[in-house]
Amino acid sequence: MSFKKRGISRRSVMKTGLAGILATGVSPMMFSRGAWGQEFCNAPTGDTVTLGFNVPLTGAYADEGADELRAFELAVEHLNGEGDGGMIPTFSSDTLTGNGILGKRVEFVTGDTQTQSDAARDSARRMVERDGAVMISGGSSSGVAIAVQGLCQEMGVIFMAALTHSNDTTGKDKRRYGFRHFFNAYQTGVGLGPQLGAAYGPDRRAYHLTADYTWGWTTEESVMAATEAQGWETVETVRTPVGAGDFSQYITPVLNSGADVLILNHYGFDGINSLTQAVQFGLKDRQANGKDFKIVLPLVSDLMAAGAGDAMQEVYGTSNWYWSLQDEGSKAFTASFGAKYGQPPSQAAHTSYVQTLLYADAVERAGTFYPPEVIRALEDYEFDGLGNGPTLYRGSDHQCFKDVYVVQGKAEPSNQFDLLEVVNTASRDSVTYDPAIFGGELGPYDPGMC
Amino acid sequence: MDAILAQLLNGLDKGGAYALIALGLTLVFGTLGVVNFAHGALFMLGAFCAVAFRAFITMETVTIDETQLSPWGSPLEVRTPMAEQWFGEWGAVMVDYSVPISILVAIPVMLLIGIAMERGLIKHFYKRTHAEQILVTFGLAIVLQELVKTFFGPNPWPQPVPADFRGAADVGAWIGLQAGAVTYPLWRLVYLLFSVVVIGAVFAFLRFTTFGMVVRAGMADRETVGLLGINIDRRFTIMFGIAAVVAGLAGVMYTPLLPPNYHLGMDFLVLSFVVVVVGGMGSLPGAVAAGFLLGILQSFASMTQVKALIPGIDQIIIYLVAVIILLVMPRGLLGRRGVMEG
Amino acid sequence: MDFLRLPKKDLITFAVFSVVVLTMPIWLQPFGAAYPGLMQKFVIFAILAVGFNILFGLTGYLSFGHAAFLGVGSYTAVWSFKLLTMDAIPALIFAVVMGGVFALAIGYVSLRRSGIYFSILTLAFAQMSYNLAYSVLTPITNGETALQLARTDPRIIDGLFGEAGAGLPSPSLLGANLNGFEAFYLCAVVLLVSFFIAQKIFVSPFGMMLRAIKSNQTRMSYTGFNTRPYALAAFVISGMYAGLAGGLLAITDPLAGAERMQWTASGEIVLMTILGGVGTMIGPVIGAWLIKYLENIFSAFNEGTLHRVFSFLPDGVEEWVVLIASKFVGEGWHLTLGLVFMLVVIFLPGGIMEGVRRLRAAFPSGSSARRNRRNELNPSAAE
Repeated sequence: MSFKKRGISRRSVMKTGLAGILATGVSPMMFSRGAWGQEFCNAPTGDTVTLGFNVPLTGAYADEGADELRAFELAVEHLNGEGDGGMIPTFSSDTLTGNGILGKRVEFVTGDTQTQSDAARDSARRMVERDGAVMISGGSSSGVAIAVQGLCQEMGVIFMAALTHSNDTTGKDKRRYGFRHFFNAYQTGVGLGPQLGAAYGPDRRAYHLTADYTWGWTTEESVMAATEAQGWETVETVRTPVGAGDFSQYITPVLNSGADVLILNHYGFDGINSLTQAVQFGLKDRQANGKDFKIVLPLVSDLMAAGAGDAMQEVYGTSNWYWSLQDEGSKAFTASFGAKYGQPPSQAAHTSYVQTLLYADAVERAGTFYPPEVIRALEDYEFDGLGNGPTLYRGSDHQCFKDVYVVQGKAEPSNQFDLLEVVNTASRDSVTYDPAIFGGELGPYDPGMC
Repeated sequence: MDAILAQLLNGLDKGGAYALIALGLTLVFGTLGVVNFAHGALFMLGAFCAVAFRAFITMETVTIDETQLSPWGSPLEVRTPMAEQWFGEWGAVMVDYSVPISILVAIPVMLLIGIAMERGLIKHFYKRTHAEQILVTFGLAIVLQELVKTFFGPNPWPQPVPADFRGAADVGAWIGLQAGAVTYPLWRLVYLLFSVVVIGAVFAFLRFTTFGMVVRAGMADRETVGLLGINIDRRFTIMFGIAAVVAGLAGVMYTPLLPPNYHLGMDFLVLSFVVVVVGGMGSLPGAVAAGFLLGILQSFASMTQVKALIPGIDQIIIYLVAVIILLVMPRGLLGRRGVMEG
Repeated sequence: MDFLRLPKKDLITFAVFSVVVLTMPIWLQPFGAAYPGLMQKFVIFAILAVGFNILFGLTGYLSFGHAAFLGVGSYTAVWSFKLLTMDAIPALIFAVVMGGVFALAIGYVSLRRSGIYFSILTLAFAQMSYNLAYSVLTPITNGETALQLARTDPRIIDGLFGEAGAGLPSPSLLGANLNGFEAFYLCAVVLLVSFFIAQKIFVSPFGMMLRAIKSNQTRMSYTGFNTRPYALAAFVISGMYAGLAGGLLAITDPLAGAERMQWTASGEIVLMTILGGVGTMIGPVIGAWLIKYLENIFSAFNEGTLHRVFSFLPDGVEEWVVLIASKFVGEGWHLTLGLVFMLVVIFLPGGIMEGVRRLRAAFPSGSSARRNRRNELNPSAAE
């Protein structure tokens, strides 16, 4: 404590600097913002603002993490007025002008979450304490997202979750400082259930293999409820460790279980591995109960489809977004991303990009980086032009509500990028639910002080 | 019954892999008396022989296809593997069979790596304590895996099963059960067969060749053999090379089952040590027996019925068995007296 | 105050060490490491390494499962926060006790074997703890999501003194909040106390006994002496140190994840101790600092930084140097760590501390030369 007062630490230098600015009135804008124009965690003082992108670069979700990072870099480029602007022109809000955020040039730092809660929190803390990040984004594992979101609440730094699909992120574990654009397991169930019922008939017996953590559990629960509503029966649910690699000992019992559908609640490399291994076991060519055996992958991205190759063909799943969507926003984003990286963006890239833009826009509309005001700007915000049609950022749980896409692995891809097909769209109304069903509370607006 | 049979098959398949991975480790320990924590890294390097070979033969030429558009609106780039251009149809076959063919690459490469490792590092540690051997090879394992990460990145590299071996075999029908009762992936059966062949070959080599006889004599009494004027050091160097080859081959053939990444070695290291310790340090038959035993136990522990009885047993069975064996039979299943004691 | 007595040389070491630790926020400034998150890690992992050194440095038993005790300490501390109070003191006490209890159970079994068998046993136990924490023990550990505080936790003791606030509570010490620097100073004081206790152990008859186990266990047992209780005591003490470190980790960031129990985390503790110099007092601490510094600062170097560093070189040369060097910094920092570690094990089995000694011996000057002469006469004092 004493060192803070003596002005030795970096932070205290910054604070003194800020106090000086306030005292001399060099920054009238901050004064005019009244009582909350005081200090808050990492208030940007210079002519730049730092964002922290915390993504998995190693571990089971590393593929998605790398794509998220590409999207973040692209978003920063567009915010700073470089490149073709991507979705900024199609975005319904017109506060973003390519002039950074509130006139400050956007800079960013990155970190590797290793797909592990501990490491992710460490890395997020480093970004806040060492690098002075005013917003953290990233994710790629719901466990990680929830852990980092909790930290951000304590530190008073806004967390714009990227790839996280567990119901808990905006349910049981929701936080005032955490926001999620991505859809969730419940919405997957709503979208996927009717599709499976229509395609495979009402009289099916499902076997679940489930990643043993919050995302897997809630996906299993939601998909189970949705399929049972179609008249399906659940034979067995088996938990598998994240990053198991070899799933053969879990797939072998499926063969003689009397099930005729295998539902793989796995994502990233786990999903790729379990799907290809299940296909190696001949499950796709198998007959059970007089029907063709089917495999379902509730959450699927084109990165997984590329990794799984042929195994993905004709497998159903859901997606937050896919590059083949034909609205203006999606087309602009795919064109911009493809031109820069030579590959289409994945759903993880899309949500990362959108979250960065949404944060920048909220700051512009609030007119300050002061987190409580930014949060209020995001809550119950209605927007369009970012790829999923009209979207609502619901204030009561910080979840976005928008269309959800049911996708299927293409049987005959015309080129190396053409892997999934959007076969159905679950409307925003149909996937909207009462926030009370998942419980949890958001907590206070008051900013923590790092 | 069918379910039990299928699970047993899965256990044998896993066991084959465990035994093969542990074989080289126990070979090195038995001959050189060195505890090699870099053994997992050798397994990983073998797997990356397959990756590198495939990357080499699938080097592509890029042509622009004006008739198709990429998702972002520019003309689509069509990539053709050079192997197909050079060898035509044979090229396609080569690409398809890249994993088994890369065995031919892996043998010399791994032999060289093994010999270089022994000459360059391990031989300076014969006289040091086991703890120091563990530490230096642990350091080497980190260096090797990070080098692979530098060149191949952190993400796994999927390797395809050759088209002829895709899908499942109806094992039940072979042994006279109802068709479709017990099916098992063909490539996993190939791996099981492969591990049995390699293990058999190593045993035969030690049993029936003069070289093997000298090595076995050296294992029993290094000094006396040295006094007989036989250059036992050179033979031990070659044994280390052979151990590296065995680990590497295990890695090559494993790639279609699990896409390798730089961390593969560390993931299998603990497992291979457990297998060796359960089998008895330095005992080849012990490692094989322990490999199959642990594979089968692991497979059965993953059945829901078993997990219902003892929750979480699938997660710890291997370690639990190791602890029990070490406490009840300190020398492992088939270990020799006096190895690593005191 | 008899229990505070130490040989004069150790007292000087302690005094210098105290100054170094307490002034960290000043002298770490030029290294870019003077932010609370990292300094907390420096002191916490120093405690861990000092504790590990009591086992490995004195008895020679190489445990590859120490991270398990760290994890147990963290879980215990977070549970203490959840059930009882946000105060740090009960959390630390429980963490130390649980670390000790687990060490007693695992040590009792593992110490029936020695050498590599002991290492494998500890490894097996640690992996079992990790796998269980990740799967069936989820109700206790919250699995992959990691154990966290919730506003709705009971917190019985805190509840007696008043209503909970609107947000998540944060750890405190006798009512004072523990943020950034306060938490660092708490950890630093705990480190100094732990360091002092370790020094006492090193010079005590008990410490001598442990050294005897290392130098020749067989001879010890031939004299009819049962060494196991001593080794077990050392194991439990170092387990308590690890539990303490885990508890402090939970205080600086009230979250406990299973990853910190994985065997590679145990491997890192071994790396720290060896790098710095096993068996010395200061060595493990330096090893811990070096690794944490590499992990946090060195890993953030990128090509831009390198270009600045090598800007004095001619252009063409600079490109190449930067290209090669970039493989060893940033994400490649593990490669550097592995290489340095190998070099240390090969050429400097006594770690950095041995390097320092050798340098001193090579360039004797004034007081250090005198000390060296004294050390030659009395080798144990050098450790």
